[in-house]
Amino acid sequence: MPLSITLEFSGGMELLFNNEKRKQVTLPDSFAPGTATLKDLLPWVRDNLLTERAELFMQDDTVRPGILVLINETDWELEGELEYKIQDGDVIVFISTLHGG
Amino acid sequence: MPKLCVLCSTERAVLKRPKTAQQICRTCFYQVFETEIHNTILDAKLFARGDRVAIAASGGKDSTVLAHVMTTLNERYDYGLDLCLLSVDEGITGYRDDSLETVKRNETQYRIPLKIVSYEELYGWSMDAIVKEIGMKNNCTFCGVFRRQALDRGAALLKVDHIVTGHNADDIAETVLMNIFRGDISRLQRCTAIRTATDETIPRSKPFKYTYEKEIVMYAYFKKLDYFSTECIYSPNAYRGYARAFLKDLEAIRPSAIMDIIHSGEAWQSKTEVKINAVGKDGKVTVGTCERCGYMSSQKMCKACVLLEGLNSGLPKVAIGNSSKYRQSGQSGGRPSKRDKNMAKADLQDAPPATLSPDPDASNAVPTPADDCPVQATNAVELSPSSPSPRSKAAAAPPLAKHLRCRKCRTILVPASSLTSHEQGSGQQAFGYRKRDPALEIATTCSAFHVSEADVDWIDGVADGSKNEDKISCPNAKCGTKLGAWSWAGRSFWKIVTCAAPAGTDH
Repeated sequence: MPLSITLEFSGGMELLFNNEKRKQVTLPDSFAPGTATLKDLLPWVRDNLLTERAELFMQDDTVRPGILVLINETDWELEGELEYKIQDGDVIVFISTLHGG
Repeated sequence: MPKLCVLCSTERAVLKRPKTAQQICRTCFYQVFETEIHNTILDAKLFARGDRVAIAASGGKDSTVLAHVMTTLNERYDYGLDLCLLSVDEGITGYRDDSLETVKRNETQYRIPLKIVSYEELYGWSMDAIVKEIGMKNNCTFCGVFRRQALDRGAALLKVDHIVTGHNADDIAETVLMNIFRGDISRLQRCTAIRTATDETIPRSKPFKYTYEKEIVMYAYFKKLDYFSTECIYSPNAYRGYARAFLKDLEAIRPSAIMDIIHSGEAWQSKTEVKINAVGKDGKVTVGTCERCGYMSSQKMCKACVLLEGLNSGLPKVAIGNSSKYRQSGQSGGRPSKRDKNMAKADLQDAPPATLSPDPDASNAVPTPADDCPVQATNAVELSPSSPSPRSKAAAAPPLAKHLRCRKCRTILVPASSLTSHEQGSGQQAFGYRKRDPALEIATTCSAFHVSEADVDWIDGVADGSKNEDKISCPNAKCGTKLGAWSWAGRSFWKIVTCAAPAGTDH
């Protein structure tokens, strides 16, 4: 069964994603439940959903410093960051702090 | 297995605090976040009961959270403050007009009055118009300088006792870095102060001085605060962006880097006096008022007026690059000739004075003809009083009938006969396309005086050939005013190209 997750972009991140703040996606079969991690998800998001300026989203194999990631309303630093195993129905939020305040 | 909050040990932790690495739950996070700010306010004794306080609001995350926290704390701890929102409209279409909508919503959400002041009404220039004039480089200088004044003017209109801004720990750390990179010791010492105030101005403070940007964003997210986020459309070239990216990289490796940098900034002490003319006998920076607008300024003219002067005269880059020169020459417009001061002021409206050299780099970048051996006596040297309008001539070749005199004591520096005309170089066009600096394009007019070597042998290093370039000071021992700089620009290739010409003859 393919994983279905919700992605949210805010704090200016949405500008890189066609101005969509919230997006429901079904991941391809290569994302196996129980093994697929955020490390796999990030490049997929970049290649499939990002519409402009990839360098503002990722740096090396993680998100650019200054972008906060929340998994189900929890700071991803508590969830193992890139090693977090994606589960069906997860809500993953990307918030940029790099934009002016 | 969900991790539990280290503070209450009952709820699930949702956040790792960058400052302490504690894992805490949402309720405890609100609690510590707000309490820390409350403590910062108390420790620094920012407010007095009954103060009227303006919250500088941009509609972004920091000021939105600030407005929220200030209203919350004011109620919870009964500060007795009379709060209001103050916004500045820079006139950036597609950026500010949208974020101002957010501020207007804040006005109703927090039930505090809002005042918007615009650049257009204060200065006659919106940022859109400024960028049209000067391009994408350096426009943040204008915006920043104008905004600082705009806030003060708005605050004066609202008759407030205090302004609070949403600058957070990350912002301050960035500023510390930038001031180090620029060697700006004077600002480095000031930039970490939580409160800035002089007798002349309305005090400003930063209640978020010790608050991490990450926590502000998290707070806004968890509280579902309504904020507007977009990058300023003119900022991609801003210097701060690089400092910010660098700081974020550091933070990723070690979150305490931000606090460490602020601490470094605070610990910095300079043994030499910062700037002699700005420091009074008591060692404090003395603040005067601007001749033009009456705003506080450590110089004769405040930075905003200097920038406006440049804008209105069509030479905005000069004002950025070398504002002290501009200030000096601007205010001394009537000095050398002892002309009617009003007239001098009127002249300033039309065009910048000749004494004003373009950015020094720019004048060096102007290639001089190879057969010329110029001494560049730029900027502070003036033509004789009889010269009606030196600046218009400076655009072409220097006039031949006037002596160059010290602008202060009027000592003749170079006889008129020594001035040679020279062909105007082609400026940036002389370089390959990739090597051109578009920022210097405007300064292609060579304002250097080319004089013969024999007449300037009083300049140290010219006669004995020990120097190729240096500063020029007035030879009158009693005066000694700084006059500008000289350089054998082009001599190196003069030697190669036209070695037939004997050195020391009249070029």
